[in-house]
Amino acid sequence: MNATTWSADKPIVSLRDVHKSFGDLEVLKGISLDVMKGEVICIIGPSGSGKSTLIRCINALNDIQAGSITVEGQEVHDPRLDKLELRRKVGIVFQQYNLFPHKTALENVMMAPVLVLRQNRSDVEDRARALIRKVRLEGKEDNYPGELSGGQQQRVAIARALAMNPNVMLFDEVTAALDPETVKEVLVTIKELAAEGMTCILVTHEMGFAREIADHIYFTDGGVIVEHGPPATFFDNAQDPRTQEFLSQIL
Amino acid sequence: MEPVWEWFRWLYDAHGIKLTIFFDEWDRGRFLNGIWTTIHLSFVAILLSIAVGIVGAWLQMSYLVWVRRIVEGYIQFFRNTPPLIQLYFFYFAVDSALSDSFGITGGVMGSYGWAVVSLSFFAGAFNVEIFRAGVEAVPRSTIEAADSLGYTRLQVYRYVTLPLAFRVCLPALNNNLINLVKTTTVAYAIAVPETLYISNQIWSDEYNVFEMMNVVWVVYIVLVGCLVWFMYRWEASIRIPGYGQ
Repeated sequence: MNATTWSADKPIVSLRDVHKSFGDLEVLKGISLDVMKGEVICIIGPSGSGKSTLIRCINALNDIQAGSITVEGQEVHDPRLDKLELRRKVGIVFQQYNLFPHKTALENVMMAPVLVLRQNRSDVEDRARALIRKVRLEGKEDNYPGELSGGQQQRVAIARALAMNPNVMLFDEVTAALDPETVKEVLVTIKELAAEGMTCILVTHEMGFAREIADHIYFTDGGVIVEHGPPATFFDNAQDPRTQEFLSQIL
Repeated sequence: MEPVWEWFRWLYDAHGIKLTIFFDEWDRGRFLNGIWTTIHLSFVAILLSIAVGIVGAWLQMSYLVWVRRIVEGYIQFFRNTPPLIQLYFFYFAVDSALSDSFGITGGVMGSYGWAVVSLSFFAGAFNVEIFRAGVEAVPRSTIEAADSLGYTRLQVYRYVTLPLAFRVCLPALNNNLINLVKTTTVAYAIAVPETLYISNQIWSDEYNVFEMMNVVWVVYIVLVGCLVWFMYRWEASIRIPGYGQ
């Protein structure tokens, strides 16, 4: 399957038997999953089970040793791949926000469209202001990341990723570093995004949120997908003993 | 200004303190030229050495081993040899080697030019190390964020790594630039008419070594003081609200 033959009835993101090692340590041991356009999937599992690595492989921040990952039919780990093309399609939000500390909230959102996509500065500014309103940070445009709370920074990071107009959004434990009271504001933003039809792949520890938002849950442990299914079946009727044990510990 | 000059003439007549650079027009002219040469030389060498530092720190991140080795060799060479010898090397050896191979008569550059080159390479070697330390202090995750937004390596360096690294390494850069201004006095050795060289001429002509030595102290304290003041102002102006405090 290549980019020219991809159509919306095929998975927008597709992983086939993905293997990933850090040196001798094999972190992903054959992961396969499909995500359709507009779908929201949550990847859950114990720490160190390879969730973050998995999500980072999808936009080629990590390379893979075997298997295949395609986004809109394009092989991500093809050495001839235009990384810019991939990265304008796939946005990522990190656990530690990773904003540019020397740029204001507005500049953080504007930089990539101006520098990378070479779009007109005043058009980008209009869009960036709209995105900042969308994540409910109106009035914080000129604040530096250091002047914002964790939850506010994370919402700027979401706006920054959205400014590239991605087709897929990756969320890597985006609430894990936040205070409990600010978790909600970030989750609300993601929920709105999902409701608008954005394809979202989330790694999360927020089980209630996953249950509410996800179309499909994947449970990973030891580098493999142990079990997956729609939230209702997954949470209420888990089959695998490892899943049951994990759920009993956190629910 | 005339009354001031007259006061210094009176100081000489009444107390024998012979500051000819104030009341003798010829001495005053050449001394001001000397100070101007020092300022000029310092300024150009500061800018060039910063450029060397920025480019060197970038090259040290190269994937090519031999590029990194050349930069490392350059740093070790210029950091571990005396600046006076470097200056002689450029002025005498490099200049004549270049003149011979390109058939240029009368030398490639004058003493001022070679002083700029030599001092820029000297301070630049330290600047590469200073900038590299700053670059290494930028969190990997911040660079990754830029990477995930499709920035090229050069864009990451220019818009993310370097501005953040700069803020980290300004105090160390400050030190090195102060050192550079002080080291401009080695240009004396190849007859660049900078402050020390001119002062020496004046005290030879006027037999006022003691007075001129004190003047030279004051000149360098003021020059370095201006640089330090400027660097602090700069540091304050690029401080990011809510960051690194």
